[in-house]
Amino acid sequence: MSTIDNSAATAAVALERPKKGMSIERAQGRIGVLFATPYTLFLIAFGILPALYAIYLAFTKKGAFVGFDNFLKVFKDYRFWPAVEHVGIFIVVWLVLLVVLVVTLAILVHSIGLRWFSGTMRFVYYIPGALAGASSVMLWLFVLDPTVSPVSWLLQALGIESFVGAVDASRLPIVLAVIAFWTGAGGWIVIMYGALNNISKDVIEAARVDGAGPVRIAWSIQIPLMRKWIAYMVIMSFAGGTQLFVEPRVLAQASRGVVGQDYSLNQLAFLYAFKQNDFNGSAAISLVLLAVAVTLSIYFVFKGGLFERA
Amino acid sequence: MNLLRTTVALSAILVAGAALAQDGAITVWADATRQPAVEAFIAAHPEVPVNLVLDDGSSGASGTFQTKISLADQANEGWPDVVFSTQNNDAAWAARENNGAQAFAQVLNEGFLDQAFLDGFTPGALDPVTVDGKVYGLRNDLAPVLFWYNKTLLDSFGYAAPTTWEDYQALGDKLAADHPGYFLGAIGDAFPGPYVYYWSGEAPIFQVEGESFKSDTSAPNSAKVSALIDHMVANKTLTLDSLFGANFVATADKLVAIPGAAWYAGALFQNPGGVNAKAGDWVAAPPLKWADGAAVTGNVGGGVWYASSHTQNPEAVKTFLKFVTSDTKVAGTGGLPAYQAAADAWLDAQAASGFYAGDFKAAIQAAASSVWNGWGYPNFSPETAWAKIVTPGLAAGKTMTDLAADWQQEMKNEAQVVGYTVE
Repeated sequence: MSTIDNSAATAAVALERPKKGMSIERAQGRIGVLFATPYTLFLIAFGILPALYAIYLAFTKKGAFVGFDNFLKVFKDYRFWPAVEHVGIFIVVWLVLLVVLVVTLAILVHSIGLRWFSGTMRFVYYIPGALAGASSVMLWLFVLDPTVSPVSWLLQALGIESFVGAVDASRLPIVLAVIAFWTGAGGWIVIMYGALNNISKDVIEAARVDGAGPVRIAWSIQIPLMRKWIAYMVIMSFAGGTQLFVEPRVLAQASRGVVGQDYSLNQLAFLYAFKQNDFNGSAAISLVLLAVAVTLSIYFVFKGGLFERA
Repeated sequence: MNLLRTTVALSAILVAGAALAQDGAITVWADATRQPAVEAFIAAHPEVPVNLVLDDGSSGASGTFQTKISLADQANEGWPDVVFSTQNNDAAWAARENNGAQAFAQVLNEGFLDQAFLDGFTPGALDPVTVDGKVYGLRNDLAPVLFWYNKTLLDSFGYAAPTTWEDYQALGDKLAADHPGYFLGAIGDAFPGPYVYYWSGEAPIFQVEGESFKSDTSAPNSAKVSALIDHMVANKTLTLDSLFGANFVATADKLVAIPGAAWYAGALFQNPGGVNAKAGDWVAAPPLKWADGAAVTGNVGGGVWYASSHTQNPEAVKTFLKFVTSDTKVAGTGGLPAYQAAADAWLDAQAASGFYAGDFKAAIQAAASSVWNGWGYPNFSPETAWAKIVTPGLAAGKTMTDLAADWQQEMKNEAQVVGYTVE
């Protein structure tokens, strides 16, 4: 999974809006430009220009315009639809896990009265996020192999007798989702915690006076007010999830090919480019991913009211 | 994002390689098993600076070699000077132009290396890397499949060593009945299935003629091999472990016999992390055959050294290639050297050490000269399809007979994707 830059979001939640005044706003504007410029330059160099190049590649072959030929070729590839299915199931499992557990855990941690305990928990949740994707897979390779796993009793209870069984096609989306959750959830819990801090104490207090219990408060007040942040999490995680690459790639090597080198769409794009020397087909796959991610992001942006002024 | 990161990391390696190439050094890509050979070269030839980049040697058909060269082709820089690959089929792409970039592999005959040196290789050794009379690589070792058995164990059980596949299966029945737990092989890796069993069993499942690919898992010999595997998996004399996995090593003292490549000598038997055999226990015997079949066998890799057509230091590359394939102490890297003189020296040394009982030299020579030529070297490997379809299928309790059709279909699909016409 791509590591998502959570720090900006956290900062945005944590900062309270200062009182408005012309000069401050202008100074802030100038600082804002300063902060955004390097990012924009990198975005152009490593995001927008390559994307434009991919569009050019996807509709051409040897420099000549070929319409949708590359797309048709990819759609007819026997590996394409299984890869779509793999990534699709993974994303559904992962997003459901993420939304349900992250929100629940964030509300639980937020309701802990003891300051040190709440802080410790947030820190503990965040630790796995410090590991890069590939290294966390390395760790999971040991966890998933019943011959060396510290939780081999649990694997055996689930009917998993060997590493090959653990990465069996039917279990793999869940395994990948658990790995992704373990690596990525901590950062989101911290962000959701910040979102919960943003909810005015008066509102909660009023609800409590009216006799609402913690569950009612969570369901009727906290979650609706966190809607934007949940939508934000879903969009970022969806975009990251469609790009599933490192985890199955490392698993492919570790399982000696039982997890196919063509498991995910990004892996297939990689094979197209570097095994078949078909950069045009590879670009077509990446454009399909881009189109799907943009469409669903737009849906969630409007559904989640992400750009509405509070 | 991740693809980008991977690409950046790979590019960094390539750039580092390119930078070093300028000061007369050669960049060598090889796997950890080849590292001692490269270090021996550095010690013997201090005048040639070597920059060794370790990778997986493309084992299990991981495609590392081709992937990294494609990146270099795209970047138009960063090629290594010498590459080692555990696969025998890389010439299928490395001998061709690639999106306008010249073919990566240097033609080694026709003047690059002197013909007298090339003639020193065992006859047939360079066939997998020869395309239209041009030699594109040098074999590191020959890897014919022979039959290894533990004489001490067999004698103590009172069984004779099998010489045919039928006897091998019958031995499995006896062991399963009288000595459960003792076993005759493991097929958890992707290579023993296709190369040790199907290739040795003369099964026409991986054949190339020109640009067309053929696979027939229902041919008589293919069906016989599938039935053999199913029978022995069912009575547990063939395990589903990897030869290099913890389970296999833990039970290795119960391994009675195993058909396998010449390089099992160093990689499996004389490896403290493998079988860790006692001197005098194991015998290398001529390969198994069908009772009514020809005396032929399979081949498991054997590795190839390639020179880059982009190299700036051809003289250093020549020195390196000659050393690493023909030096009597280094060549073969633990297996049977492909270079005849080095092979003779290695066989004599093995015989003199007395580690293996029986006529080691005769068995290996018999195997090396009888590799079945009905097996192709296209631009893909049967291992990826095996790992994807058969390994998880067997682990889930299906039989080889059930899986054969799917395996064949996956190989045909792969063939089509890389441009072969499929019959």
